[in-house]
Amino acid sequence: MYRIVSALFLAENIKKIEIEAPRIAKKRKAGQFVMIRVGESGERIPLTIAGSDPEKGTITIIVQGMGKSTKELNSKEAGDTISDVVGPLGAPSHIEKFGTAVSVGGGVGTAIAYPTAVALKEAGNYVITINGARSKDLVILEKEMTAVSDEAYITTDDGSYGFHGFVTQKLQELIDSGRTIDYVLAIGPIPMMRAIAEVTRPYKIKTVVSLNPIMVDGTGMCGGCRVSVDNQIKFACVDGPEFDAHLVDFKNLSDRNKIYQTEEKQSSESWLHECKLLKTV
Amino acid sequence: MDAQHITTKQRLAIPRQVMPAQPPEVRIHNFNEVHLGYTPELARQEALRCIQCKDPVCIKGCPVNIKIDQFIKMIAEGNFLGAAKKIKEDNVLPAICGRVCPQEDQCEKMCILAKKYESVAIGNLERFAGDYERETGHVELPSVKPSTGKHVAIIGSGPAGLSCANDLIQLGHAVTVFEALHELGGVLVYGIPEFRLPKKIVKAEIEGLKQLGVKFVTNAVAGRSITVDELLKEEGFDAVFVGVGAGLPWFMGIPGENLLGVYSANEFLTRVNLMKSYQFPENDTPVFNCKGKNVAVFGGGNTALDAVRTAKRLGAEHAYIVYRRSEAEMPARLEELHHAQKEGIEFMLLMNPVEFIGNDQQWLTGVKCIRMELGEPDDSGRRRPVPIPDSDFILPIDMAIISIGNGSNPLIKQTTPDIEVSKRDTIVVDVNTMATSKDNVYAGGDIVTGGATVILAMGAGRTAAVAINEKLMGIDAD
Repeated sequence: MYRIVSALFLAENIKKIEIEAPRIAKKRKAGQFVMIRVGESGERIPLTIAGSDPEKGTITIIVQGMGKSTKELNSKEAGDTISDVVGPLGAPSHIEKFGTAVSVGGGVGTAIAYPTAVALKEAGNYVITINGARSKDLVILEKEMTAVSDEAYITTDDGSYGFHGFVTQKLQELIDSGRTIDYVLAIGPIPMMRAIAEVTRPYKIKTVVSLNPIMVDGTGMCGGCRVSVDNQIKFACVDGPEFDAHLVDFKNLSDRNKIYQTEEKQSSESWLHECKLLKTV
Repeated sequence: MDAQHITTKQRLAIPRQVMPAQPPEVRIHNFNEVHLGYTPELARQEALRCIQCKDPVCIKGCPVNIKIDQFIKMIAEGNFLGAAKKIKEDNVLPAICGRVCPQEDQCEKMCILAKKYESVAIGNLERFAGDYERETGHVELPSVKPSTGKHVAIIGSGPAGLSCANDLIQLGHAVTVFEALHELGGVLVYGIPEFRLPKKIVKAEIEGLKQLGVKFVTNAVAGRSITVDELLKEEGFDAVFVGVGAGLPWFMGIPGENLLGVYSANEFLTRVNLMKSYQFPENDTPVFNCKGKNVAVFGGGNTALDAVRTAKRLGAEHAYIVYRRSEAEMPARLEELHHAQKEGIEFMLLMNPVEFIGNDQQWLTGVKCIRMELGEPDDSGRRRPVPIPDSDFILPIDMAIISIGNGSNPLIKQTTPDIEVSKRDTIVVDVNTMATSKDNVYAGGDIVTGGATVILAMGAGRTAAVAINEKLMGIDAD
């Protein structure tokens, strides 16, 4: 059992959870993830490590309640326990001094991009961050991102805060202004990552995305997380999760992530039903 | 007839005792074990068939040289617990090996009776002895030697790791087993289905090891959570045994393999066995809903049969094995093949998939296959399948499960570069000691051999345990 040390909502439905996992805290590097099983009948879900405190022996994850497992995880409070945390998994982000590096985060993807943005800054890059959300109340990690950025931008779809528009438009604006951009990291919903790849493709800017296929073991045993990169099968759990955005088959990833749509809906609904029942008791 | 006063002629007159089993039409609707086990009477009757050869060649067929003649004699005399103890001198997991060993290619193949009659059912008897001991609550913990003060880390809790741990703890070493998954047992729990190996048996065996003092750490991935070097240098272990099993599943490299509904056998079996998705939604992990669907499994090994029989139990209308050679070349156990046939599995032999076909939502709808014929023998000694021109056709299927084998786990190689690996990325060892190229590091099981059997992995674990003990205690092996 793994103890939750602190749990705090950053925005509606997005929670920051700090878990006791000393071995992982000591070893994890930017870009790596953990597999979590909330309870004994739970599924194994991959979640990127947003940060760690090796002294304290804790790791931090930032979770958006999407399906049953993430909603159940987000219902946990400090002092609660979860069944399993395993990691750090996946290959760490490739970090070097690229020059000017742009980190683009969409929604909860901002949390996943954060540790890599930190590592890029530490490696001596000029770091620009562009973080997008649907509206102001969904903006997360603004303070943290600003602290690691030489330039930080927030975009909102509805214009309620920062730049009115999408992260792609902001990135295009930067490129159009004639600035040299050497590296782009984009993490967020699949359509966003795909759109960023198309923005940078004509300029041949090295662009990396962190993929989120469905996984079971997360250790390279089942092959469920296979993605098509440059027309070759790659396993996101051991070869990734980061890949060259210009070579990823996003359509296939998007299709494959829909395999269990029906079952996910069923689980999610019965979970909400259970919660309501518990509240009425 | 009793064991003392029976002539060889009388022994030979007894037919091989059939182990009671669930009828096929019943068992395809549940995940309970197919075989129900011998009763004590059946076991004694079967044991009486053994003619107690002076030179028991069956033992030579056993990878761990169980004293087969002796334990069978004990069963014939009604000394069931003694038989279990006798087996355990050489094999710590009789209830498991009695079920999953390919006896027909090992001990039973060598049995002298096999030439003229049917071989003694050695596997069934081994299973009986193991089950009898466990079910009657008579499992005796072996004695453990005084502590040597030495610590051994074992990576992987599959058959290789468990047998290595068992031997080392009895020799007085402190043993810690690191397992990547949340459950212990490796392939015994994620790979082999409940209907062939009930998980409670694996649990009981592991419980026995815990009682002996073996420590288990789950959720520890070798090469990620812990590296071999950290175990040796930072965590104070004197030796490491690597038994991480096979790794990345192979795909076929044909168009359409990433369509929705195409699985590796590893993923399908892991979802069903380890994550218990056959009990969805009580368990959260889903799996493709096979009910009323057409499912094809590609491959001819035991894993392929496990997968196709699992699909049938999940309600598949048609459950096919598509295999490019003929039945004679199938590497699966004959017994499992017969079970599958009786369960209504449809065998599409001498056929090879060339392309998966999907609809506009990218769901699999069929597979284009080409018919094959057998040509000259290939490197494996089996006749090479050759495509028949213009023989392609489309088999309508909703789910495909690819079961053509596994590559090697890449994490050890990536993080411990001084362990020598082969071209296939398997770990290179000295077969007499299972020592790797790295000092104090040993390896065994599928990570060394590539996909093989439970008993071979166990044998490797035991060989390594002997060598590790000699090394740690400064015993000269010569």
